[in-house]
Amino acid sequence: MSPAGARALRGQMIVIGAALVVLALFADVNGIRPVLLYASVIAAAQPLVFAAIGEMVVERAGVLNLGVEGMMIVGAITGFATAVGTGSALLGVMAGALGGATLSLVFGVLTQIFLANQVATGLALTLFGLGFAALIGQSYTGQTPPPFPRVDLFLLSDAPVIGRLLFAHDLLVYLGIALVTVVWGWISFTRHGLILRAVGEDHDAAHALGYPVIAIRMAAIAFGGACAGIGGAYLSLVRVPLWSEGMTAGIGWIALAIVVFGAWAPWRVMLGAYLFGGVTILQLNMQAEGITALWLLTFALFLLAVQASVDAIIHGRGRIGLVVFLWAGTLAAGSVAVFAPITISSEYLSMAPYLATIIVLVVMASDTAQARLRAPGALGRVFRPRD
Amino acid sequence: MSELLEIRGLTKAYPGVLANSDISFVLGSGEIHALLGENGAGKSTLVKAIYGLVRPDKGEMYVRGHLHEPTNPAAARAAGIAMVFQHFSLFEALTVAENIALGIKGGVPGPDLSQRVRDTANAYGLQLDPERRIGDLSAGERQRVEIVRCLLQSPRILIMDEPTSVLTPQEAETLFQTLRQLAAEGVGILYISHKLEEIRALCDTATILRGGRKVAECQPAELSAHALAELMIGIELTRPAPRLYIPGPLVLSFSGLEAPSPDPFGCPLSDIDLALHGGEVLGIAGVAGEGQDELMAAIAGEIRTAPTAITLEGRPIGGLGPAERRLLGLMSAPEQRIGHAAAGEMTLAENAFLTGRTRQRLTWNGMVRRSTTENFARAIVKRFDVRTTGVETEARALSGGNLQKFVIGREILQRPKVLVVNQPTWGVDALAASKIRTSLRDLAASGTAVMVISQDLDELREIADMIAVIARGRISPPQRNGALSNEEIGLLMEGRDAAHAVV
Amino acid sequence: MLSFEPRQGGPLTQIATPLLAVLATVLAGAVLFAFVGAAPFATLETIFVAPLTNPFQRSELLVKAAPLALIAIGLSFGFRAGVWNIGAEGQFILGALAGGAVGLAFWQVEGWWLLPLMSLAGMLAGFLWAMIPALLKVKTGANEILVSLMLVYVATNLLSAMVAGPLRDPDGFNFPESRLFHDSATLPILVEGTRIHSGIPVVLIIGIGAWVLLSAHVFGFNVRLTGAAPRAARFAGVRPGAMVIVCLGLSGALAGLAGTFEAAGPAGQLTRDGIANNYGFTAIIVAFLGRLHPLGILLSALALAVTEIGGEGAQVVHGLPAAATDVFQGLLLFFLLAFDTGTRYRIRFATRRTA
Repeated sequence: MSPAGARALRGQMIVIGAALVVLALFADVNGIRPVLLYASVIAAAQPLVFAAIGEMVVERAGVLNLGVEGMMIVGAITGFATAVGTGSALLGVMAGALGGATLSLVFGVLTQIFLANQVATGLALTLFGLGFAALIGQSYTGQTPPPFPRVDLFLLSDAPVIGRLLFAHDLLVYLGIALVTVVWGWISFTRHGLILRAVGEDHDAAHALGYPVIAIRMAAIAFGGACAGIGGAYLSLVRVPLWSEGMTAGIGWIALAIVVFGAWAPWRVMLGAYLFGGVTILQLNMQAEGITALWLLTFALFLLAVQASVDAIIHGRGRIGLVVFLWAGTLAAGSVAVFAPITISSEYLSMAPYLATIIVLVVMASDTAQARLRAPGALGRVFRPRD
Repeated sequence: MSELLEIRGLTKAYPGVLANSDISFVLGSGEIHALLGENGAGKSTLVKAIYGLVRPDKGEMYVRGHLHEPTNPAAARAAGIAMVFQHFSLFEALTVAENIALGIKGGVPGPDLSQRVRDTANAYGLQLDPERRIGDLSAGERQRVEIVRCLLQSPRILIMDEPTSVLTPQEAETLFQTLRQLAAEGVGILYISHKLEEIRALCDTATILRGGRKVAECQPAELSAHALAELMIGIELTRPAPRLYIPGPLVLSFSGLEAPSPDPFGCPLSDIDLALHGGEVLGIAGVAGEGQDELMAAIAGEIRTAPTAITLEGRPIGGLGPAERRLLGLMSAPEQRIGHAAAGEMTLAENAFLTGRTRQRLTWNGMVRRSTTENFARAIVKRFDVRTTGVETEARALSGGNLQKFVIGREILQRPKVLVVNQPTWGVDALAASKIRTSLRDLAASGTAVMVISQDLDELREIADMIAVIARGRISPPQRNGALSNEEIGLLMEGRDAAHAVV
Repeated sequence: MLSFEPRQGGPLTQIATPLLAVLATVLAGAVLFAFVGAAPFATLETIFVAPLTNPFQRSELLVKAAPLALIAIGLSFGFRAGVWNIGAEGQFILGALAGGAVGLAFWQVEGWWLLPLMSLAGMLAGFLWAMIPALLKVKTGANEILVSLMLVYVATNLLSAMVAGPLRDPDGFNFPESRLFHDSATLPILVEGTRIHSGIPVVLIIGIGAWVLLSAHVFGFNVRLTGAAPRAARFAGVRPGAMVIVCLGLSGALAGLAGTFEAAGPAGQLTRDGIANNYGFTAIIVAFLGRLHPLGILLSALALAVTEIGGEGAQVVHGLPAAATDVFQGLLLFFLLAFDTGTRYRIRFATRRTA
């Protein structure tokens, strides 16, 4: 790995660590067992991990598929229906992948062969997917899916704390981590990964070199669709596990934002998914516990402050004003939360993941002037082969 | 000299155009063979057929006696053919090594490949760092990447498409040495160009194309440049008469102009001081990507600068937008015709409105005056001989030369005090290019200050009174055209000081 | 292989494409209904024919089409210029909330000025809500698609919080809904026995105004130029930031106005389900089906209103879920985008011959 990459990874580890420590402390104070909280964060993040890593591959190939939400919900219902029908949750996950991939190919045909506008087609995909899933799913409301097999790694899962932290998740959690690892290695080190990046940077140049731009993009789109489908199936089979109309509730859109947050790099994308999982769980716990939104704000500011400090120290790009501002904000919000607790209704707490997404988009956008964080050069542009 | 490549009766038609008609020639081992012709003569289509990017309608190709029917570039490469494109097929965000890996079969970037890149580059006297990002390289360095990429495949046939159009004279000389070294090793080189002098200096044989047909084959060293030009163009071109240089009053001046680049891989402008007088043509020479686009944007008003960094007749205009500058008489025509100077999907009338709206009073209370706009567009079409079916035609339907005449005519008809054009004859056929140059000279003769930014030094030699050089976002002090030699200009293009070179 | 060459589309193809798309959608819809076990023809009859034959439903078409058209007209300017406001639903909700709040603030106060004041408040709220993505886009470069969309979820939650909190009907047994608007805060009914209200002619006037703006005004030219060639637009003197702000502001204000009309018209009070009814998303399809042209949008809004009303009918008669309408609308947009290729490019079956 390049020194810059290693530095970036170290920075991310610090941020993740800080997030986990605070989550654990916070949860302990409020009588929630941190280990359980941690497990629920992982579960909340998992759909995002799949959907976002898939979309990242699509975008690295230069295609902007805004239909993640639609592909996820179709994955959720096809997965659910198959699992209920066959009694196998694993088959359900596979069907979810197939459902998402099939829908994504509609997008692929329209944008790659019929040269339709990618933004409009992505929207159509979401609108259609939400409707289609609801249509199929009307008879499945209220049913329970077969349980998802847990992976017990020998006796490791019984080990205190560590066992619950590392070795007692469901199969898809490990699959998700494996997927991110494979995608990272594939994109960074293999020839095919290089070709994918080349197509995403400049499709005309890739075409001139003789690479089949459309075929490569179709494959990437299908992969993204399958990943979104798995993410959806995870939602309906593991995370909830139930089918209800519109159950994705914007997660697909958040996955798109996470790709931006992750600056099109696999590990950062995964980190983003876990952070959002954290925000979601926190928000839910706060609704349950009646804790003020100020705690949430404090936490968000804290993470941003850690990230900014890490950037300033490790990467040596000092924006001292921002760092000081964020820490001061954290302190201020925290003190108000302690000394003047204001209870707040659940509707406002429900806004948290969406507001957090906006904050993330803004913070990242002001950073993307750096080439390191640049979007793929051909992202969203129409490719029309000319001979 | 053994036969490497033979073309027999090659024909390719596009809807409405016969790009290649019954073309035959032979390229031998160790031969540098020129394909000479003006824009649109069919050179590009011919080499694309050889490289597997275009499938010919008729005719055969043979590589070392074997029938050559490539269906894609990979097949051509497998037959030992490599090509260096005029517009590089390089990826700005990727490194040199990654780009090279993409261009060779089964290439994977890594320490092995980087070492091979260094070895090959050194063997041919080319400097190249495999770990650098393409976006940070100059045009000349990018061409080296393309060449090394070709050489790594040990090609028997090398196609070079207009290779010197992006090079300084010194870089071009280095390239010629590399090519001669390759020819000495037995590689056959197909060299595409419309520059006569370099073909006479470099090439053994020349096939001359005009209008898609082969009109002659000759030994270029034995013919004069003038004779070659006549073969290439078919008619005698009138050259503008020599003229006196009498600069008028100061019109446009830059002092300490600084501007960032909107492009992450662009070239910011720094500390530019320049004066432009009425009645003069100031040429800005330089190779691609040295700040020309940024200069154009700063002049047109797309990038705003400190107000006093640019003054027009003493009035600070650095903070004004494009429309306000036009109203004051500062007109411009950027390099990219479709998408920048004009909108391809809009009609000529709408494109006339694009820059003419304020100075030609084409609006009334915010509404578009349709018939006045159409009349203005018709006037441009008539006066500048734009070949079109009417002003309701979409701009993209016009040929490059015709659209360029329209774009430049649009500005000239608005009686500018200053006209700045970037690459006025790039990709334009010789006849239209000649007309455009004449109209720019005529405009200066009528008292307008004209600035021509061009990568074609010959063009500037022909029409400019004064020449300055842009390199790394800075501009050298203008000198009388002819006061500097090509070598001195070449040094300035590399960002070095010509004064030191003279000493 | 297929290949596409650009061509200049005539007015005929401009009209033919949406009609073809509608036809294809009906056919695909029939197949889909057969697939999920509904009687295809009876269902299609309920969705597409019934709304046109039943007189009350016919009048309802106008009631549904008005907000769709109003939102879509606003969106169409931005969509042409490449400014993607996907959050019209949020701006619509904010408009309903603000207009409704003004109406409730002057509860039982009579006066002709109240409706204009409510409309103004609704437009202002929609405008300001749209300014969040606009300013973030211009100042920081944050993606306006995602920001405007996230704000829909925020707006929906805000609406829920408001009707359960400050705006709740004090005499409403704690139901999360506001009071019913009094007469001065309700749009007058124009045709006895229907719900056709005075907001509908306003929409028509705005549509014609937008047409003039787009085809004859400099702003319309700038919008079209920005869509066709963004760099050429900058060269012509159009500031990209200003374009983002104006386009988002315009669509936000019109969506806000539509929200106020919905609250003060058919809804009659503020409730979560009465207001957050996805008009903001359906309007995106309306805008495309109307070819981003104000007059086309007036017609396509009627077409989408047919599917909305027909879809409601199909829920009652055939027990289809509400989402069946969404399937139709999604399909319609798919077909439209596919057929659109035919108007922008000449499609050739390339005859590739080997030499």
